[in-house]
Amino acid sequence: MAKYNILMHEMVPEHWLVPVKEEEKILKSLGVTKGQLPKIRRTDPVIKTLEKAPGIGEIVPGRIIEIVRKSRTRGIAKIYRTVIGE
Amino acid sequence: MKVEISKGIEELKFALLSPEEIRRMSAVKVITPDTYDDDGYPIEKGLMDPSMGVIEPGLKCKTCGGKVDQCPGHFGHIELAMPVVHIGFIKEIYSILSSTCSNCGRIKLPDSNLKEFFERIKDTANRLSDIEYDDIVSEVESDASDVVICPHCHFENEKVALDKPTTFREEGKKLTPKEIRERFEKIQNDDLPLIGLDPKVARPEWMILTVFPVPPVNVRPTITLETGERSEDDLTHKLVDVIRINQRLRENRDQGSPQLIIEDLWDLLQYHVTTYFDNQTPGTPPARHRSGRSLKTLVQRLKGKEGRFRSNLSGKRVNFSARTVISPEPFLSINQVGVPAKAARELTVTETVTEHNFERLKEMIKNGPGVEEAVYRPGVNYVYRIDGSRIKISEKNSAEVAEKMELGWQVERQMEDGDIVLFNRQPSLHRMSMMAHEVRVLPYRTFRFNLAVCAPYNADFDGDEMNLHVLQSQEARAEAEILMKVQENFLSPRFGGPIMGAIHDHITALFMLTYRNPLIPLETGLHIMSYIDVDRTPEPVEVDGKRYFKGRDIFSLVLPEGVNLEFKGKLADKSLDPNGTEGLIRIEKGKLVNGAIDENAIGQSKGALLDYVLRKYGNAEGAKFLDNLTRLAAGVISFIGFSTGIDDEDVPGEAKAQLREVGNEAVQKVEKLIENYRNGLIGMEPGKTLEDTLESMVMKALSQAREKSSEIASHYLGMDNSTVIMARSGARANMMNLAQMAGIIGQQSIRGQRQHRGYTNRTLPHFQKGDIGAYARGFVSSSYKEGLNPTEYFFHATGGREGLVDIAVRTSRSGYMQRRLINALEDLKVSEEGKVLDTEGSIIQLEYGEDGTDPSRSIKGDSVDVDYLVKEIFGTKYEGGKK
Repeated sequence: MAKYNILMHEMVPEHWLVPVKEEEKILKSLGVTKGQLPKIRRTDPVIKTLEKAPGIGEIVPGRIIEIVRKSRTRGIAKIYRTVIGE
Repeated sequence: MKVEISKGIEELKFALLSPEEIRRMSAVKVITPDTYDDDGYPIEKGLMDPSMGVIEPGLKCKTCGGKVDQCPGHFGHIELAMPVVHIGFIKEIYSILSSTCSNCGRIKLPDSNLKEFFERIKDTANRLSDIEYDDIVSEVESDASDVVICPHCHFENEKVALDKPTTFREEGKKLTPKEIRERFEKIQNDDLPLIGLDPKVARPEWMILTVFPVPPVNVRPTITLETGERSEDDLTHKLVDVIRINQRLRENRDQGSPQLIIEDLWDLLQYHVTTYFDNQTPGTPPARHRSGRSLKTLVQRLKGKEGRFRSNLSGKRVNFSARTVISPEPFLSINQVGVPAKAARELTVTETVTEHNFERLKEMIKNGPGVEEAVYRPGVNYVYRIDGSRIKISEKNSAEVAEKMELGWQVERQMEDGDIVLFNRQPSLHRMSMMAHEVRVLPYRTFRFNLAVCAPYNADFDGDEMNLHVLQSQEARAEAEILMKVQENFLSPRFGGPIMGAIHDHITALFMLTYRNPLIPLETGLHIMSYIDVDRTPEPVEVDGKRYFKGRDIFSLVLPEGVNLEFKGKLADKSLDPNGTEGLIRIEKGKLVNGAIDENAIGQSKGALLDYVLRKYGNAEGAKFLDNLTRLAAGVISFIGFSTGIDDEDVPGEAKAQLREVGNEAVQKVEKLIENYRNGLIGMEPGKTLEDTLESMVMKALSQAREKSSEIASHYLGMDNSTVIMARSGARANMMNLAQMAGIIGQQSIRGQRQHRGYTNRTLPHFQKGDIGAYARGFVSSSYKEGLNPTEYFFHATGGREGLVDIAVRTSRSGYMQRRLINALEDLKVSEEGKVLDTEGSIIQLEYGEDGTDPSRSIKGDSVDVDYLVKEIFGTKYEGGKK
């Protein structure tokens, strides 16, 4: 077990696992397909940390992660990534 | 419209040419090393055999029957008497030699291991990872090359060494290409995948050449010089060598000459074949032309900046372009460019004859191709009839052709005022390096433009040249006008402010016009105002019975109507102005009420007034403002007159004494510090050694000396001094530069430290060993005006050299960094919805910049300027509400 939770670090933006039910709605509102979204590896430390959070379990390739960043100009900037294998 | 379907490249496969394939694709077996006979006809079976294609117009190819532009060229071949190594495959040959058994040709690993590797290959084949496949191949090689006893035939292998460039040795004994080839022939097809070869398309023995492909003649054309002399291509020269040596080798072999002679010839053939492929092989002397120039062979054609890729594929030469020296022209608008008449007559725009331009084009054709005349009138160089046939317009036929002109003809007319062109200066580091200008045809031979446009191009007039491209289609012109015109690029996407603005004399002039609101005699004022495009004059004032204009009233003429603005000028935080009023620039209802116009008002990248006009009134008004500004400045400065010289740095005797005192004081202070240090009276500062502490204290003492000298200099040099005017207004230089000229130059440093390297325990032999005083470590107490003493001069040069080296290193490094960045980003684009996509349609950013903000329209990086909006909506009343 890691000593620290990297998601708690102030320089790591918030990562949220998008519920499968909401995926279609989000993709539609963005006007893109899952394949077009930027990718994030399943082995990414952030994904590994997310998997350990209660009630999430294994994150399989194809799921979507929502990343919320703070922006000086935009307030908050939401971006989405598709989980891929490896 | 044809629908274009974009296709992605799924896979690229590289294969080897087999000897059979080389023979199969060959149109002729070349046996003679000659090219042409005495009559100039190509020799049969020679290097210029017409079966390999044609390069002379009129002749037909013997293979395909095509003429020059139809025949693609055909390969020939040479049968090599003895096999030679292909230099491009040296590494592969070496690795195969060392990982296979010289007796049975198997990979020197037990079957179980091989099977394991095959399993892994199959595994990766499913997942399509080339990198992993390469890893496995190199793993096989490194495992197998260390094995001595072949696990298959129990033969004891010897270690193979590569004797660069092309010789292989086995325990000192030379391996001939022939032997290598025989070994490679023994390798089983089944083992090839573990070596990295696909047995369907490549066999290892094909890396040893037995048949040599001769490229088509249009790859290596003969050049006929003006003198009628023929000159062969470098490749042809090299092929001549190959054939000649090949022939001699064959003759000697067939005659049964001594082995030594044959081996020498064989090595020579190897050398020629090697240099044919790559004339810069390490360990091989480059083959040279008779003149001593080294030959450009295959690899040299492709490689590097002048190679095919970077020079001919990534970048090309274009038509409708011109290049010449640039020079300034303050009477042109920032949107214009002056084009020399000579260039304008060569550069053309093709127009189709319609009802609307019929008469205009007819008149132009009548002008003919044009002559040198006082007033430039555009003519026509060529016309194309509807059937596509071309007529060259000359003075003789111009009237005749003009009469015959019909609707639908294409007319190549010369450039005229108002044409839209692209103007560019290399290095093109940002998008403002290429902007659209409106043409003004002018006499003489330079391109000319407004001085405000120097900044985006980073141009000056010490011999700079620039390029110009004439746009050829209506769409291109429209697009350029909307997106690329100079005025559309006022605001830089780098920092969100105006990149163009007044420079040097513009600032000096307008500063002098507005500083303390001088009285300008009526006649002078009127003359100055004739420089600008205005239809009114300010009210003159009467002083002692004479009529004057006020400087600020004249300046106010160029301001757009209704400007209300208040900001701090450069003088705001200076002690120069005792009342402190000149630093506060206030403009009310389009009139300059208070303050001196300086760099902070109209300067490039920081002019608050310019920025305000641009944002409130738009780019067109901004351009007009700057045009008028620069013209007014030219008028003012040519009337008032402005000059500087070294005696501007003259200071009175008492000031000189004070400056000397400051210098001596600093030196004594340093001496004192050193004494304290030697007596152990200095305590360590946190994070520093004792020496560091002393250094930082000394540096502080010396920089204080420079500041003090700056203070003294500015005290004695007032606003009646040209250099001070330039420094205070921000036109050029700063007070420190003046202080260095008049007072003390100060400490010279290398990498932020006092000079300390050189001889043992001292910087120069002029000092005592261990002297760490001010002068021994690069302190310069002289001024530029007085001159430096020899040691000071040396230290000053050292510091200067560091600056030069720094710049050289920085530019090359940042240039390469930028090149990589551009290559990575070049085909990204912003879609209509504001997403950033790559060519595959994958998302790079969901919203441009993740905030959708155009940085050139941002206010110093922010999307909205709240202060500005509040002021605009609620008026200046609300000013007081600001805390």
